[in-house]
Amino acid sequence: METNLLQKILTFSCLLIVFLSTMIGCESNTSKKSNAKIEETKDLILATTTSTQDSGLLDVLIPMFEKEYSIHVKTIAVGSGQALEMGTKGEADVLLVHAPSSEEKLVRSGDVINRQRVMYNDFILVGPSDDPASLSGKTITESFYSLANGNGIFVSRGDDSGTHKKELTIWDSIGGHPASMESYIESGQGMGATLHIAAEKGGYVLTDRATFLAQQKNFPHLSIIIEGDKDLLNIYHVMQVNKEKHEKVYTFGAKAFVDFMVSDDTQKVISEFGKEEFGQSLFTSYTE
Amino acid sequence: MELLLSGFTHALYLLFSGEKDVYTITLLTLKVSFTAVMISSFIGLPLGGVLGLTSFSGRRFLLVLVNIGMGLPPVVAGLWITMLLWRSGPLGDYSLLFTPPAIICAQVLVSLPIIIGLTCSAFQKLDSQILLHLKALGATRSQAFLILLKEAKIGILAAIIAGFGRIMAEVGAAMMVGGNIQGDTRILTTSIVMEVSKGNFEVALALSFILMILSFTITFFLTFLQQGKETR
Repeated sequence: METNLLQKILTFSCLLIVFLSTMIGCESNTSKKSNAKIEETKDLILATTTSTQDSGLLDVLIPMFEKEYSIHVKTIAVGSGQALEMGTKGEADVLLVHAPSSEEKLVRSGDVINRQRVMYNDFILVGPSDDPASLSGKTITESFYSLANGNGIFVSRGDDSGTHKKELTIWDSIGGHPASMESYIESGQGMGATLHIAAEKGGYVLTDRATFLAQQKNFPHLSIIIEGDKDLLNIYHVMQVNKEKHEKVYTFGAKAFVDFMVSDDTQKVISEFGKEEFGQSLFTSYTE
Repeated sequence: MELLLSGFTHALYLLFSGEKDVYTITLLTLKVSFTAVMISSFIGLPLGGVLGLTSFSGRRFLLVLVNIGMGLPPVVAGLWITMLLWRSGPLGDYSLLFTPPAIICAQVLVSLPIIIGLTCSAFQKLDSQILLHLKALGATRSQAFLILLKEAKIGILAAIIAGFGRIMAEVGAAMMVGGNIQGDTRILTTSIVMEVSKGNFEVALALSFILMILSFTITFFLTFLQQGKETR
């Protein structure tokens, strides 16, 4: 009995060792590979907003870029606020974001250079299909005013993302932040999760069109309430992080990515993206 | 209910249709989790043994630290490791952030205290007479250790199972230090979070079934190993 047990323990440890060594074998193989890569080309870290990933646009563009330049891209999809913060810390090489006024601050501080306009889509206000606060037909500022007066629930991203910054500029334009309102909910999460909360709570929410169209099938009770307002343009810029301020930045790759995003071929792909599936394109080409 | 069913069939479809992405994600999950649990066990079992079998000054304080570590929230571990690995951080030169080794670091950090702590109590629970008997019978140090190891087997495997469970369940730290990069650092838990935020509940559910199948199979084997032959 005792030898039996010991045997078992021994076989188990042998198995462990074999397993571990194969694991380490694989590990060193891959690290060799990536070391080789670092010598030729490094990985390019792209910090971008959740909307470009959640809409599926990057799944099309990144493979195109990687094929064309043989540069491996690591995409970190976070809120625009965090993406910009990664830029000021030099943790990313290139940024693709939609928060123009915050971006300009980074340009002024010298953290980013070569900022180029890429595309736009627009923000829309979506809400319960029966529109309990009867906002349909109003302008966006009128609707926010109406919501501020307690006529309906508003679900805010509350995560310092580009969309959240847009909400805040609209709230500011009507003179105040309704955080104290009972009908104001802050999700602190991405667009998809926030839409979900709005659907469950019967609230209104400001969203970019791309994410809403891409996920509309999950929200049968939400519809577009306000669209096409001139205040609702959502402009995306691409920019590279400045090597002079952050020495570890991979400038060659970053510049290549900026060039790639504004090139004619890429712009064509962007303006076609989503037409087949949603009947309208999710982004509109908009270079300088 | 319908969603559950379609999620389950979708999971089977993903598993058997040879979808490359799902294999990459599943394989990476296994590779990362196994490496992490190995590292944690290789460090944690001896440390736990020392803490459980010996007495020295400061031992109690170390145990307090270990016990606090057992409750270390993964996002906290993730945040600390992220800051260490930042390009501007102390380990920035190795460019480890957003790589599988970074995830392994985070998982080791959250599972190590569990393995140390549970191993320590497994050894402490042993009858203190055993060691005396072994010494009286003239066992060498290594012989004595092997026998104690055998006696504490159930507790030690429980420690490994608990550590492994923590690792498989972990998502916050893996998201933060890994970045959920496709083909690189996307593991099952982080891709479930992403698919939910994309609104693809069916895919998320399918991935969750795959994760559960993995956890179930591995825990099943570990439990059998722990319980041995049913002799009672």
